[in-house]
Amino acid sequence: MTLRRAVFITGIVVLCAWTLVPIYLIALGAIGGRTVVNSWPKPFLPPADLSFATMREFFDITGVWTSALYSVEAAVLCMAFSIVLGVPGGYALARFVFPGATTYRLLILLTRAFPVAILALPLTVGFIRLGLYDTPFGVGLMHTTLALPFAVLISASLFQAIPRELEEAAWVFGCSPVRAFWRVMLPLALPGIAAVAIFAFVISWNEVFAASVLTVRHKTLTAYLLSVLSESPLHVQFAGGFVLIVPSVLFIFLVRKRLFSVWGIANR
Amino acid sequence: MANIVIDNITKSFGSFIALARVDLNIADGEFLALLGPSGCGKTTLLRIIAGLETQSSGQVKIGGRDVSVLPPRKRGLAMVFQNYAVFPHMTVRQNVGFGLRMAGADAARIERQVARAAALLHIQPNLDRYPAQLSGGQRQRVAVARALAIEPTVLLMDEPLSNLDALLRLEMRAELKSVLREAGTTTIYVTHDQTEAMGLADRIAVLHAGRIQQIGTPTEVYAFPATTFVGGFVGSPPMNFLTLPVENGSVRLGALTLKSPTGCEGQIVLGVRPEDLEPTVAAEGFSFTVRVTEPLGPHIMLTGESVGQPVRVVVPPDRPVPVGATMHLRPRYDRVVWMDPASGAAIGREETRQLGLGAAGN
Repeated sequence: MTLRRAVFITGIVVLCAWTLVPIYLIALGAIGGRTVVNSWPKPFLPPADLSFATMREFFDITGVWTSALYSVEAAVLCMAFSIVLGVPGGYALARFVFPGATTYRLLILLTRAFPVAILALPLTVGFIRLGLYDTPFGVGLMHTTLALPFAVLISASLFQAIPRELEEAAWVFGCSPVRAFWRVMLPLALPGIAAVAIFAFVISWNEVFAASVLTVRHKTLTAYLLSVLSESPLHVQFAGGFVLIVPSVLFIFLVRKRLFSVWGIANR
Repeated sequence: MANIVIDNITKSFGSFIALARVDLNIADGEFLALLGPSGCGKTTLLRIIAGLETQSSGQVKIGGRDVSVLPPRKRGLAMVFQNYAVFPHMTVRQNVGFGLRMAGADAARIERQVARAAALLHIQPNLDRYPAQLSGGQRQRVAVARALAIEPTVLLMDEPLSNLDALLRLEMRAELKSVLREAGTTTIYVTHDQTEAMGLADRIAVLHAGRIQQIGTPTEVYAFPATTFVGGFVGSPPMNFLTLPVENGSVRLGALTLKSPTGCEGQIVLGVRPEDLEPTVAAEGFSFTVRVTEPLGPHIMLTGESVGQPVRVVVPPDRPVPVGATMHLRPRYDRVVWMDPASGAAIGREETRQLGLGAAGN
């Protein structure tokens, strides 16, 4: 093994550990119960008397199920808005030549650089005036603004990867531009768009700050756990963390290939 | 069926003029090749005819109807793209039937036409496969079948064979010619390959730097190029051009004295094809020093020089010529073209053309 290769493999191991060890520890805490959480050193393997008691304890906390439902509601809304607004936006960026297109592209990303914390107060006031405060719909809207830049940029790169001639062929063979989009562009971009949808869902599912600020009684799961778990025993906190992580990891795992190809690492 | 009239088309991208006042008339059922080097504007012209690009000025008429401002779908034409552009998410059958489906044809008609087009291009066994499962040549056939399935009055082809390997290209060329002849479709075929244009087209329009240099039958364009550019671009090896002095109405070519076309003084360019230079005895020819010999099978190509200028000659393979030898050559006078050294345009073209027609008769 050459040195180069050794460094490469070490790098991979460190990166994997960086991501996986915390997840493993959280999982261990979630299923191991009070004893494992408080023991040191941690057992390398899950305890033999694997119990879901802690998990059950967590799900029995009042409000967890309803707030999970609000989370799903906000995430689905965020996903839908991101697709409905982001895909046409991405198409425009990919196909239309207009002055300042490159700058515009950058500006879209810059919206993410704007700290949400500064926006919190005016946003709250605005949402109260509009009657959106303390609703999953409002949280969904807020999350859409977070997910939309990615939705636009990822769909733009999706459409750019589709040869222009395919669209032109559709026009020549009898399609209007809208029909060509539906018959040719959309089907070809669909797997990528599904990835965009899941990505938007995960962004909303994981987001905690805006969700905490914009809700009082209709809190999403993250916001709810933030306020409730601080008073819970440690092992229940672990269970809560675990429940939050699992869907995200699962979804990202499902669309990982798509996300890679979207970023141009493995273009087909 | 439809003729195509291209009337004074100009296309500019900013300050760059891609097409300058192009006029073309293509008869109903004719096969016209747009020939030129890359960047000459041939693809731009084709895309303007298709409606995929907008002309800066001028008109396109198809079958007497002004289509200049119509979107592609309303122009009643089909197109074969350079990279085929077959839809990867549809089977071959769906691809071939796409145009008909979009036109709202009934299922029976679609099936009939798809079967016909597929039979014509021998792709029946692949009808239910996806393009990704096909080879380049097969995809090419699908693209042509998709275009023919809608029974277009006008077919546009943009270098359709350029992505195929040499042997397949030759095969597809012959096949295309017979298929399109049968269909009687008015065809515009863009290519940079002069053999392809010569072999396929009824007429060739040679484009250079956004201008049409010459329009004519392949024989005409080959034998009597309108400009030095055409002579150099069409034919392989290209035409020889020798800049020669003119004195008192006669042109001096080494030991030979040729009669110059009327009204020329100073200098003139003699254009002659390599195969139109015949070896002869010293008294009847000009001298030619051989620098390189290339035995190409059916003939030997000699590269060398005469009167200090490069010349290529094609001679029969039965008489090997040593490198460094001096030969004497005589041009076939009925095949000679004269060009203006400044503009590169042919001089007294009508005259030479008549001579040429006379020569073609015997």
